Amino acid sequence: MKVNINEANKEALNRINSAQPTLVDIKYAKDVLPGMDKYTIGHAGPPLEWKDMCGPLKGAIIGAIKYEGLAQNNEEAEELVVSGKIKFVSNHSMGAVGPMTGMITYSMPLFEVKNETFGNYGYCTINEGLGKVMRFGANDDEVITRLKWLEEKLAPALKKALELSGPINLKVIIAQALAMGDEMHQRNIAASSLFARKILPFVVKVVEDREELEKITSFITGNDQFFLNLAMASGKVTMDPVKGIEGCTIVTAMSRNGTNFGIKVSGLGEQWFEAPVLMPKGLFFPGYSEKDANPDIGDSTIVETFGIGGFTMGAAPAVVRFVGAESVSAAMEYTRDMWEITEGKSNIYQMPTLDFQGAPTGIDIRKVVETGILPVINTGMAHKEPGVGQVGAGIVNAPMECFVQALLAFSQKYFG
Amino acid sequence: MNKPVELFKKELKVVNIGLQTFYDSLKSQGASAAHVEWKPPAGGNEELLAILQKLK
Repeated sequence: MKVNINEANKEALNRINSAQPTLVDIKYAKDVLPGMDKYTIGHAGPPLEWKDMCGPLKGAIIGAIKYEGLAQNNEEAEELVVSGKIKFVSNHSMGAVGPMTGMITYSMPLFEVKNETFGNYGYCTINEGLGKVMRFGANDDEVITRLKWLEEKLAPALKKALELSGPINLKVIIAQALAMGDEMHQRNIAASSLFARKILPFVVKVVEDREELEKITSFITGNDQFFLNLAMASGKVTMDPVKGIEGCTIVTAMSRNGTNFGIKVSGLGEQWFEAPVLMPKGLFFPGYSEKDANPDIGDSTIVETFGIGGFTMGAAPAVVRFVGAESVSAAMEYTRDMWEITEGKSNIYQMPTLDFQGAPTGIDIRKVVETGILPVINTGMAHKEPGVGQVGAGIVNAPMECFVQALLAFSQKYFG
Repeated sequence: MNKPVELFKKELKVVNIGLQTFYDSLKSQGASAAHVEWKPPAGGNEELLAILQKLK
């Protein structure tokens, strides 16, 4: 087959750079995700079966079943899974993403983000906060109660506030936050604050109950990672229009289910190329160490896929110590390395610390295999046992085997 | 003239390519050295190199 790879990749970069992610609404999974029913659970990463799932993913699934009222306790929930009644679906296949275990169920509210340039939509859950939360595999009553509050109180308030405020331009917030020291994977404090400035003046107009208003404003302003899920949905809507360009070697998705790391490549459609996940290196919360941590997990690598997160570590000196990087110059070196494996630079997401150069954009599988430089990811770390939660944060790479497999498949498809 | 012998009579200025431990060793002995990060393309895998050549 005659294809012009370099032209195809230029088109991919152009589509990424011209994307316009915008928060337009809050919707419920049951209303917008294809095939979603009470017994369907969306999870992070490529598809996998219960028997192959890691501890935190199993813990989160047990919690998600209880959250939907399908079981009263962990034993009942596990029995339901073993009976085969629960259907597991990769979030990406439903047009959605979720951080860490990535739980998305029937009743959950989702940010609805639209790429105004191409007209496509993407969805992500609302961030639960840090510590003992479902995305890290925790599943006790405190976790379920918080999720119910998100569904019944926070989401309706945000929806009404958005109706008043109108759509919120997320591209502008991401660009501003990069200039304020966020990389938008493990540091979202600037982006979360900018978002709060946009939405809170309208939240105070739509929530009449003073106690509830205080709870909502405290929740949004008290969570430095609140914006992460909006950055992820922005990544999803930015990368989806890049799929299916004939002869294109640019990565359109990177994601992990806690067992395997998967990538998708534009010219190879919806096929996942998978390899076992690696263990992040980083810092642990007091009382925990590497022996407690589960390997890499989550859809949040969609942020690196469109060029921020670990790829813009050089813009975020303050995240360096949190993820265990050795120095600010090492963080800048990570970003410089990512320029070696990408098609180009972002025209909007620029880094003042690197002379306003653009974020490394459009991972080219050819460059990854040729240089041996692997995409770098800033990530949270979950406890390996079900039900515990977050134990630290660190840096991890995508495994080379995914890129080698994709390159072989690409060669086979286009050159026989 | 024996060039290698002449070379080692002067102050060494070394450009190290590839393995960082050689560079670290020189620096620890006080030698003037610069390090260039380099790896064989595709880790030296000939099958992958042939594919990459096709996909230029």
